[in-house]
Amino acid sequence: MDQQTIDKLLSLSRLSLLPDDREKLLRDLSSIVGLVDFMRSIDTEGVEPLAHPLEVTQRLRPDEPDTSFDQEHYQAIAPQIRDGLYLVPRVVE
Amino acid sequence: MNPYASVTQLRSGLDNGDFSADELAHFYLDRIDAAEDLNCFITVDAEGVLAAAKRADKAIADKRIGPLTGIPIAHKDIFCTRGLLTSCASRMLNNFVAPYDATVVDRLKRAGAITIGKTNMDEFAMGSSNETSFYGPVKNPWDRECVPGGSSGGSAAAVAAGLAAACTGSDTGGSIRQPASFCGVTGLKPTYGRVSRYGMIAFASSLDQGGPLARSASDAGTLLNAMEGYDPNDSTSAIADPTDIFSSSRALKIGIPSQYWNDLSPSLTKVLEEARRTLESLGHRAVPVELPHTNAATAVYYVIAGAEASTNLSRYDGIRYGHRAASPENLEDLYQFSRSEGFGSEVKRRILTGTYALSVGYYDAYYLKAQQIRRLIRQDFLDAFGEADIILTPVSPSTAFKREALIEDPISMYQQDIYTTPASLAGLPALSLPCGVSDQMPVGMQFIGPHFGESLLLTLGREYQSETDWHALHPADNHD
Repeated sequence: MDQQTIDKLLSLSRLSLLPDDREKLLRDLSSIVGLVDFMRSIDTEGVEPLAHPLEVTQRLRPDEPDTSFDQEHYQAIAPQIRDGLYLVPRVVE
Repeated sequence: MNPYASVTQLRSGLDNGDFSADELAHFYLDRIDAAEDLNCFITVDAEGVLAAAKRADKAIADKRIGPLTGIPIAHKDIFCTRGLLTSCASRMLNNFVAPYDATVVDRLKRAGAITIGKTNMDEFAMGSSNETSFYGPVKNPWDRECVPGGSSGGSAAAVAAGLAAACTGSDTGGSIRQPASFCGVTGLKPTYGRVSRYGMIAFASSLDQGGPLARSASDAGTLLNAMEGYDPNDSTSAIADPTDIFSSSRALKIGIPSQYWNDLSPSLTKVLEEARRTLESLGHRAVPVELPHTNAATAVYYVIAGAEASTNLSRYDGIRYGHRAASPENLEDLYQFSRSEGFGSEVKRRILTGTYALSVGYYDAYYLKAQQIRRLIRQDFLDAFGEADIILTPVSPSTAFKREALIEDPISMYQQDIYTTPASLAGLPALSLPCGVSDQMPVGMQFIGPHFGESLLLTLGREYQSETDWHALHPADNHD
């Protein structure tokens, strides 16, 4: 773990940090990686990864159209909307 | 009126006309006001509570009585409540008024419960001490210098302090069980899939599970019955029979895993041994079991929970709801500034850990490896349930610790979850219940059961609580 890795992770996560917080983050992430590196000592040869604790597959609903929400009600909590559209800074000049 | 009355006692008091739902609501609202320094609540909707209480009184008069009609309960602020702030204790959702009710909230309302408020918690349920909340820490009512545990710390402290009859919580790696233990209340993490996650703000979706915090196993069962059941709105919701909360007890084999007992401090060992002897005196038999991969659980948990959190929390973009930075120049800045301002440091740490575990070059070494060990941990339990009916363990390596004792040291904080994460990774139900006191602070024990074995856990819990009074202890009122 180094500052370069931290930069990459911040960029992938769309996060930024104050300079003072970067040092602490580097220390914390290094010790977290130290903690999780304990996993290397466990023999997992031939073990299937487990993604779901009950090992059931995701159930699918029938593919039938349904109106489950009211657009106006849901958009009432949006920071900025106009005519039912979400507003963001201009992307195309 | 007794602030520590059980749901059963409140039910009969309401039905017999000893007090009205309106009086009960006023009583709890006054207590919440008087205990403001505990910081248990993020939102209290007094007007809504009193309106609901009036409806409950009408329903009781008309004999339209549900199991929880007129009973005031509080929801952890992770559950969406239509028309009420649902902040998840984050600045990110400081302005989020949920447009719908979570299934848990909806079902408890249908059972007649009154939502008295929304309880404080660790931000996005990430924490073991309730110190990461945007709204400030919750204090433990047993000792205001101590943490209540986390992440459902507001719920646990509210039940302990007699501010609500019971509360909901959520448990990803111990977030119901550890605060229940620190505050001397009974908390149940159901089997993964037993309780719908719809409208429960997602942290780690293969682990998150809602459940009750209450005064007794009996009350926890009453709440579970109202909360549980298949929900088509949650694709991981299980189709299972409702929990039989009135089943009669039988002699059980109680598994004692050395991996959970060997490193325990002498004072906690003494309390836990006493609990084991009480269970034996009730006709149950302790048998040794082995859970050899226990020591890997913390590492596995922090990889899997981090990976799922980094994915789930990518939805907070400042566009559709939640915090939006003031004047971003472009779309990238909008994302980055909104997220950086909206999330606290522990949430950022978890997102970054998860992003690391999922990134190119590390995926196999961390994420896949963690999923493989997750299978081994689950298999350990399945093997142990060949030898024992339930497993008895401590909940936490310590009683409630002082505020700020661990907050700067994430590793020590993460290791607080060592006894609770394994059952979460295996998707098993687990009950945390008070079994003693050490240095004047409550100590909890944990019953872990087989998948969908809640009935077994609650029955044994009821039996233990009919023989002991630890669950009936409560902290002195600060304003007494």
